[in-house]
Amino acid sequence: MNFEFSDDQLVMKEEVRKLFEKEDSVKRNRNILEGDENFDKDLWNKVVEMGLTAITIPEEHGGIGLGFLELCVVAEEMGRAIAPIPYSSSVYLATTAIINSSNDDVKKEYLPKLAAGEMIGTFAHSEELGTPTSDNAKTTFQNGKLSGEKIAVPDGDIANLFVVSAKSGDKVGLFLVDADSKGVEISKAECFDGSRSYANISFKDADAKIIEDSSSEAIDKLLNQAAVLFAFEQVGGAEASMNMAKEYAMGRYAFGRQIGSFQAIKHKLADMYISLTLARSNCYFGAWALGNDAPELPVAAATARVSATKAFYECSKENIQTHGGMGATWEFDCHLFYRRARLLSANIGGQSLWKDKLVSSIERSNLPQ
Amino acid sequence: MDFNDTAEEAKFRKEASDWLSANAEKKEHSRDIYRPAEMTGEGGESSALQDAKDWMTKKYEAGWACLHWPKEYGGRDATAIERVIWAQEESKYKVPGGFHEIGQGMAGPTMMLYATEEQKKQYLPPMAKGQEIWCQLFSEPGAGSDLAGIKTKAELDGDTWTINGQKVWTSGAHYSDYAILVTRSDFNAPKHKGLTYFFLDMKSPGIEVRPIRQITGGANFNEVYFTDVKIPDSQRLGEVGDGWKVALTTLMNERLAVGDASGVDFQEIFELTKESDFNGENAISNGGVREKLADWYCEYAGLKYTKMRNISALSRGDTPGPDASITKIVSANKLQDIANFGMDLMDNASIIKSDDKDDIRALFQGSLLGAPLIRIAGGTDEILRNIIAEQVLGMPQDVRVDKTVPFNEIPSGSKN
Repeated sequence: MNFEFSDDQLVMKEEVRKLFEKEDSVKRNRNILEGDENFDKDLWNKVVEMGLTAITIPEEHGGIGLGFLELCVVAEEMGRAIAPIPYSSSVYLATTAIINSSNDDVKKEYLPKLAAGEMIGTFAHSEELGTPTSDNAKTTFQNGKLSGEKIAVPDGDIANLFVVSAKSGDKVGLFLVDADSKGVEISKAECFDGSRSYANISFKDADAKIIEDSSSEAIDKLLNQAAVLFAFEQVGGAEASMNMAKEYAMGRYAFGRQIGSFQAIKHKLADMYISLTLARSNCYFGAWALGNDAPELPVAAATARVSATKAFYECSKENIQTHGGMGATWEFDCHLFYRRARLLSANIGGQSLWKDKLVSSIERSNLPQ
Repeated sequence: MDFNDTAEEAKFRKEASDWLSANAEKKEHSRDIYRPAEMTGEGGESSALQDAKDWMTKKYEAGWACLHWPKEYGGRDATAIERVIWAQEESKYKVPGGFHEIGQGMAGPTMMLYATEEQKKQYLPPMAKGQEIWCQLFSEPGAGSDLAGIKTKAELDGDTWTINGQKVWTSGAHYSDYAILVTRSDFNAPKHKGLTYFFLDMKSPGIEVRPIRQITGGANFNEVYFTDVKIPDSQRLGEVGDGWKVALTTLMNERLAVGDASGVDFQEIFELTKESDFNGENAISNGGVREKLADWYCEYAGLKYTKMRNISALSRGDTPGPDASITKIVSANKLQDIANFGMDLMDNASIIKSDDKDDIRALFQGSLLGAPLIRIAGGTDEILRNIIAEQVLGMPQDVRVDKTVPFNEIPSGSKN
């Protein structure tokens, strides 16, 4: 049994981690949060230079041609670094949707640009308060034109390319719209996690290309694939939060001793570690299922997603608690992770939705054995 | 990333599986476990005990007992991953077990480090062969989680020790042949410095074993009383006053030996929610029920894959982390919550007691009563959280006001 990433994958992880440490990505997160820019272009360029936008793209389309396992280790570091860049939108979602597509023209045209970071993509899916699913889209596609209102599109004001879910006949498929097409109107929205950017987008008879229109399952598959990647990002953020709490508890003295020597704090940290370990192990199985396009993917993805969402929420909120009053100040970094935990939880559907999906997938697959 | 054996592992697995299929009966499904022919003992162990001894002897004679022990003491010199593979294969068969863990898992490794060569040759092979059962005389009424607070007194006269005092929670003392024992030999030294460790014959005069009835109704635990029990100094393990160090060796092995909590798990509650009626529909259709199922599945799967990560570490030759503590905390609490929720779903019907082992009610009732014991035995939830915080995360130990004080000056809250 080898239920672990390969040495090459671990080296890659280390390199990405070093990049973010060297670039002080947490400081950069704060700069975006407090400033007027909608993302850190300099950091984005460094990530592109390292080839991180090209990992899963086949070599024939200008990519590196590695697998999802490599993307998983990068995602974890992206989460640890709370990087203020549109990586998840462009790479986990838009790029994966196009790689999944059976439309070779779309691949040929867009994958090289996504690989080179010349284009940034995102997935425009939500339409109203509540959970976007594979069949509740009101946006429509007909005769090459797409119309509808999408809300809270992650990095919607940054992306030049939208993967859009829309009804075509009785199916809900995936379509591609260039941001500068006629009939596309982008309005930036103020974001709960100001280190990232969201927008509402209106499409009125905008030119659109087909990614997948023959089956509504394309959306479910894309969301499952992205769920594993988001889960790794959440695990990275959870671990960073736990480590912050630990460092603080070791250095802070009260009642004449390190607060980390009190069981009330130690047990809190132990619970963070337990939650993180379960999430990480579930992510590993998610990575295996994702990398092998295994039939277990729906269960594995939902399991990873639910436990990682829980772990990041718990670790980021208890990190603030461990810091006491200082943890709730603007000055300390705790809230950057707390905000990011919430953003990542909402990004592809919330916890209740994924828990329900998990049980449905278990019912369908007759797991566990 | 894959779930395949290496060539060597596959070869070992086949060898194990071939021997097992020739010597044991395969399970038809996961609940198709070994059942003893009769349950006459107070702890329900009588024929199970002899069956377990005989199965161990059969394995011993074929070289499948105490796999990781050296061959000269009755083992196989197997690697850690081979031990895991054996356990995986053996778990597919209907075989008795549950009596040898303390001897082979805890006393054996301690003897291996501290006994004389002569003693190792005398005691370890019979321990591996399995006809002799060992128990662990550690906890006392006043010293459980705070094990170093024990008061059972050991006094040396010539080369013979005299033991007086009381132990408690001793699993299997009533059918054990030998025991490992921690005593206090110096009441004036600080608590960790005055302990001395022995092994002894449970038939020694002056030992009285009284069963403790547990909330499950069974009686696997005992109180053990010592009145002027004599132990030759040659049966001391480690130096006089150095018993804490020896006990830690035993305890480290205990935490490796404690595994998943047995009883209802995700599969059982999942099946139950599909079958039980809830307001005119199956319980599994209810959102609140589904939310709980999702949480338990995540814990169930998280433990399963954590174990696989540990096995991978073993396979690479790395030392696995102290994640056994996580497994026990999570599985024992999950067991308790699933049992409680399952009975809730069965509503009034769950209150009618069932002793039929095939009745789903008996399974949930037994699990609900067994769970509190599992959360305490082998390290309480609280002690295990300390272990995770201190040994995994490297956080400081608690301030211990009793650490440097002579033992007889430590407040104990009791009059004796």
